[in-house]
Amino acid sequence: MAKTKVLERKPLSFAEKTFLPQIVSGLKTTFGTMLSKGVTLQYPEERPVIPDNYRGVPTLVRDPNGREKCVSCQLCEFVCPPKAIRIIPGEIDADAEPDRAHVEKAPKEFDINMLRCIYCGLCQEVCPEEAIFLQDIFSLSGYSREEMINDKEKLYELGGTLPDKHFKWDKKKAAEQAGNAHH
Amino acid sequence: MEILEASLPYLMPVVYAVAMISVFMGLCSYSVLAERKVSSWIQGRVGPNRTRVPLIGHIPILGNLMTGLGLFQPVADGLKFLFKEEIVPGHVNKAYYYLAPIVALAPALTTMVVLPFGRYVDADGITQPLVLANVDVGMLIILGISSLGVYGIVLAGWASNSKYPFLGGVRASAQMISYELAMGLAILPVFLWSAAPGSEYGMNLFGVVQSQQSAWLIIWQPLSALIFLVALFAETNRLPFDMAESETDLVGGFHTEYGCFKFGLFFVAEYAHVIMGSSIFVLLFLGGWNFLPWLADPWGAGLFGTLLSVGWFMAKVFFMIFFFIWMRWTLPRFRYDQVMSLGWKILLPLAVGNLVFNTILIALYDTFTR
Repeated sequence: MAKTKVLERKPLSFAEKTFLPQIVSGLKTTFGTMLSKGVTLQYPEERPVIPDNYRGVPTLVRDPNGREKCVSCQLCEFVCPPKAIRIIPGEIDADAEPDRAHVEKAPKEFDINMLRCIYCGLCQEVCPEEAIFLQDIFSLSGYSREEMINDKEKLYELGGTLPDKHFKWDKKKAAEQAGNAHH
Repeated sequence: MEILEASLPYLMPVVYAVAMISVFMGLCSYSVLAERKVSSWIQGRVGPNRTRVPLIGHIPILGNLMTGLGLFQPVADGLKFLFKEEIVPGHVNKAYYYLAPIVALAPALTTMVVLPFGRYVDADGITQPLVLANVDVGMLIILGISSLGVYGIVLAGWASNSKYPFLGGVRASAQMISYELAMGLAILPVFLWSAAPGSEYGMNLFGVVQSQQSAWLIIWQPLSALIFLVALFAETNRLPFDMAESETDLVGGFHTEYGCFKFGLFFVAEYAHVIMGSSIFVLLFLGGWNFLPWLADPWGAGLFGTLLSVGWFMAKVFFMIFFFIWMRWTLPRFRYDQVMSLGWKILLPLAVGNLVFNTILIALYDTFTR
């Protein structure tokens, strides 16, 4: 059992009984806050600083060469708890993009329903290609339900380009050409 | 032309009155702005800073400054009240419901008739007050009429025919009765000192100001000033005494059932009372337009001197308005029984004691200096 110590309260002095000294010190406090700088952000013009690990709106990113990273493995669609992601896989046209032909797959359609999304970040965590990221966008609005579904084009527009540490598919192709591909 | 000259003595008072009302109403709307701005500064916010009037608001630097200070906000507030839908609840007593805001505002506007706000030196070299009606019973008129404002609140509470407004109205009347006594007793010593036998001023407010040319009354009547100030806060229904309104326990108190312009009138009435209260406190205790204690007035005899005296008086009034607002955002609201016990058990005996003490003091003073 925790020990409690009862503190004797001192009887109030005459000045304290009139409350006037307390009122004066209160007035001093409020006057001090009045002169100090406010804490309000003038929102639409001033934006808060978003920390790096913030989980905002999920977006698709491109690699520094402007190529799309998603290979439509559909892991994010599978892991998404509220089933907000819908992917229709497609093939990469070998004639149009010969240097990416060995990646084989890319999403034909990639929709994230932002009315369902719970910003859990599991899609980012599960993505083997580091193609989907929850970035710093925190305010999202639309006039209709349809508008709140981000399609592939919108997702790439929001995501932009992020630096890539691996260039996985370039390395794979180089290894294949050097004859030590491992499958 | 002759008719015009003949009617001038009748016309000019009307012109003066209209001018004073317009200045006073302007002050009311800007005290609302001051309240909003000061409260936001005290709370670390920014306050109204978006309203911009075309043309004036687009003058390069000045326009931005005025917009940032929210100087156009009263216009927007007023228009909002004017154009809101006029909703009258079905259960109210219509005639009294409409009458109440008018009854609340009218007394505050009436009392300014006897309010001197500056001084001028007339052709004979005698200092005269700038006032609409320079009557001998000025202070009595103010005490008598300004307390009529509570009838508006009681009427609103009763006509609304619902519980919370009714409680607000009852509280307001009880509070008014309790503090009116202390207030009246607190200013008696002031007039005992300023209107000594043989003086020509009587209950005239101008006389009180003239008697403060050397020492302000707050310096040698601090207790009266304190009692009067506390009672003034109670009379104007301002925090920490806004029992009639107390949003936390009575929703909105007496104006719960009021909306749009009728609510606006109550709002303006509250600030009109604040301005009147501030000016009376300045006149009675802060030396009116006198420069500083023990310093002779630097105001000249000409028109410029008159304007300076008015300006100095206004500056003091603005400080008092600021003090009202500052106090509001510093102190929490009293509990209702605390308000009553403060009024009856502390302020009233204190005021009576103060009066007796001053009477004896004056008697001794008269005996030994004659």
